[in-house]
Amino acid sequence: MSAIDSTPRLAARGLKAGYPGRTVIEGLDLEITPGRITMIIGANACGKSTLLGVLARLRPPLAGRVELDGKDVATLSRRGFARTVGLLPQHPTAPDGLSVAELVSRGRHPHRGVFQRWSATDSERVDEAMAWTGLTELADRPVGDLSGGQRQRVWIAMALAQDPQILLLDEPTTFLDLSHQLEVLDLLRELNRTRGTTIVIVLHELNLAARYADELVVMSQGRIVAHGAPSDVLTPAVVSEAFALEALVMPDPLTRTPLVIPVPGGAHAPADAN
Amino acid sequence: MSVQEAAVAPGSAVEAVRSRTHRRGVLVLAIVAGVTLVLAGVALSIGDYPLSPEQLWRTLWGGGGRIEDYVVFRVRMPRLAMALVVGAALGIAGALLQSLLRNPLASPDLLGISGGSSVAAVFALLVLGTTGPLLALAAFGGGLVIAILLLAAGRAQIDGGYRLILAGIGISFLCIAVVDFLLVRAKVEQAQMAVVWLTGSLSSTPWWQVATVAAVLAASVPAIVASARWLPLAQLGHATANGLGVRTGAVRYVAVGTAVLLTATSCAFVGPISFVALCAPAIARPLLGRGALGIGTSALVGASLLTAADLVAQYALPGTQLPVGVVTGALGAAFLLWLLAASKGRQLL
Repeated sequence: MSAIDSTPRLAARGLKAGYPGRTVIEGLDLEITPGRITMIIGANACGKSTLLGVLARLRPPLAGRVELDGKDVATLSRRGFARTVGLLPQHPTAPDGLSVAELVSRGRHPHRGVFQRWSATDSERVDEAMAWTGLTELADRPVGDLSGGQRQRVWIAMALAQDPQILLLDEPTTFLDLSHQLEVLDLLRELNRTRGTTIVIVLHELNLAARYADELVVMSQGRIVAHGAPSDVLTPAVVSEAFALEALVMPDPLTRTPLVIPVPGGAHAPADAN
Repeated sequence: MSVQEAAVAPGSAVEAVRSRTHRRGVLVLAIVAGVTLVLAGVALSIGDYPLSPEQLWRTLWGGGGRIEDYVVFRVRMPRLAMALVVGAALGIAGALLQSLLRNPLASPDLLGISGGSSVAAVFALLVLGTTGPLLALAAFGGGLVIAILLLAAGRAQIDGGYRLILAGIGISFLCIAVVDFLLVRAKVEQAQMAVVWLTGSLSSTPWWQVATVAAVLAASVPAIVASARWLPLAQLGHATANGLGVRTGAVRYVAVGTAVLLTATSCAFVGPISFVALCAPAIARPLLGRGALGIGTSALVGASLLTAADLVAQYALPGTQLPVGVVTGALGAAFLLWLLAASKGRQLL
């Protein structure tokens, strides 16, 4: 597994994070397993998006550090970091009229100097990314004219053109119907299996997370409640603790991954309402 | 591996799209440059001593008589050059601010930068009795102060430019109030001088002023090129831009700083010429389409707009020369109303 050995390791140590006057995460340690798909789940406001933002260097930690191969990421150049770690945030915006190909091309930024011209390699990577996400036919179309599912593929293609070894995604399936959610997750899994890209996804949909993740990180109130393979981690006790939800957990009849079924009439107080 | 299999059929898709965008850009630039050239030719030809195209051509190549030389090189050329350079500077400033704030209403005049220059210049003129280069310096300083205030106001925010724009509109009104106060207290003749400066005028431009604005424009080129590279990424939102290794905070400083430098320098010599910075990118962007920033095209459109406005200012009313600011103001206001009506509330960017 040499591809996985050479993949950089992203880790958080003694992390404290949040906003001025409000600490969301305190004393958090996490090692992202290289070459695997890790999904971060938890109730609203449990700190999962904050954690992803700090891992992606969107905001600096209040204390502790994020490490890439043992080096504090705050010491790395921003473009250098972006060549290794890509981010697909929740609400990216595209200017009106911008074509698919040109939006995907913007993913090449970390690989080019400010005064450096577009290269043949840049074209090759962008073509690959579009072919791979099935967008070649749509290359000249304005992004604004596409459907929600197609648009999400465009953003993923942009992240692919960036060619990162670690890709972080914040709820990439929000606002998509079920079949498009599956399409996006299939695409990400194929990316992980063929290129060995480490993928970290914040996801709301528990059963899809259990189906697609190699590892689950379950968060509650800024702490990690459980971390491991979905079948080990997703127990009624953990679901109850993280989501304040009384649920039955049984193997998915098709994939044998855990399936969370809320008990009718059972307790389901929002976890943040205590 | 399917990644390789799927990739790169002969004829790259992205190259095809890029070259289509490129061809359109070149075509638009050529057309706008042609319009600018024609306007420049007209500006050099007409006037109290009209020149035929042949006469003008001969004079430009050093074959003109003494009167022709004087009229072309001493009277009309500096005025034309100032219109071109200031128009380009304002067009670039507008394009930078509109791209950064993703708002077609962002422009240095609406953000209060010109207002700051006006207050400082009118104060220097009326209270301190300053004229000439020192007046220009005061105007520049005033614009800079406002820009620093704006950057401080917009620093805390994560995304979008609404706070910056609202702060700018507030500052604009404050500046108008201060200028009015100064004018009301001044003697009539002095107030007259101040009002002429305030409307913006290109008449009696000496070459050194043209050279100064041109030098500042040339010095800004690296910052403009860097902005043109970063702004398309900043437009994708704070988080996406950061994920691609772009520090949106730094982009904001570079783009706003450059826009202020260009606006304040122009304002220092020709007064706060309104609406060119607003209109130029609004014309350039739809011509280019495809989500382009249109910084270079905006520069050329701005140069054409100001040259055309100055022609109107000089010759529209027989016997009277209007300050060019009156013309840009009137044309610009109409254009702004049309823009609001036509875009139906949709963001243009």
